[in-house]
Amino acid sequence: MSETLTKIVVNCETGEQQVLPLTAEEIAQREADAAAFAVAEAERIAAAEAVAAARASGIAKLLALGLTEAEANALVK
Amino acid sequence: MALTYQAIATTTVGSGGASNIEFTSIPQTFTDLVVLLSGRSTRASTDGDNFTLTLNGSTSNFTWRLLYADGSNAASVSGSNNTNPHLSAANQTANTFGNAMVYIPNYAGSNYKSISVDGVSETNATTAYMGLNAVLWSNTAAITSIALGVYHGTGFVQHSTATLYGIKNTV
Repeated sequence: MSETLTKIVVNCETGEQQVLPLTAEEIAQREADAAAFAVAEAERIAAAEAVAAARASGIAKLLALGLTEAEANALVK
Repeated sequence: MALTYQAIATTTVGSGGASNIEFTSIPQTFTDLVVLLSGRSTRASTDGDNFTLTLNGSTSNFTWRLLYADGSNAASVSGSNNTNPHLSAANQTANTFGNAMVYIPNYAGSNYKSISVDGVSETNATTAYMGLNAVLWSNTAAITSIALGVYHGTGFVQHSTATLYGIKNTV
């Protein structure tokens, strides 16, 4: 990649293709998208970890009640 | 054979790469649109990358449900940005490119746009992603431009290629 961020613009009517630098707005949008992704990804990971923790807790409680590991895993599938 | 599947435009990224690939002034004479993308991202990752889909300059009002697998597990996830599966990335097997297809029915209509996307990253490793994405763009405007970008990296590497096709339901 060159240091200047560029885009290829293809005009479907004329067939003309241009390589143009990204505008300041487009660069800002890219940065905003990256920030939004970081937030969404952190939320997704936290949610997945909460589900895994709840599952492990449920299995532990079932084992304490006397179920076998296979039975507990089947119930908390 | 009836000509109902027509290449409208194609482009291949040159040396130096490109952050985005944009198709503008899309003719409104077809029934559906298809974009085929062979892409590799600059992202330094063995997980590949996703690509973004910008319609008429808009990155908002997208919602989606993605089914994906990574070679050992399968899962689904919802989202509300304009990301889609998948591209190869810089730390995956050299000189490999991911493949994706975007299908946009009734792109020139005045209803919300229901879009199907399938894509795979390509790498000679245990972990490689594939995904099917059901996308809704809640916008009634006819689609006149489509821009493709990479989600994590700074852009597409050289030799990435995108082609826009038009589909007609009659000759």
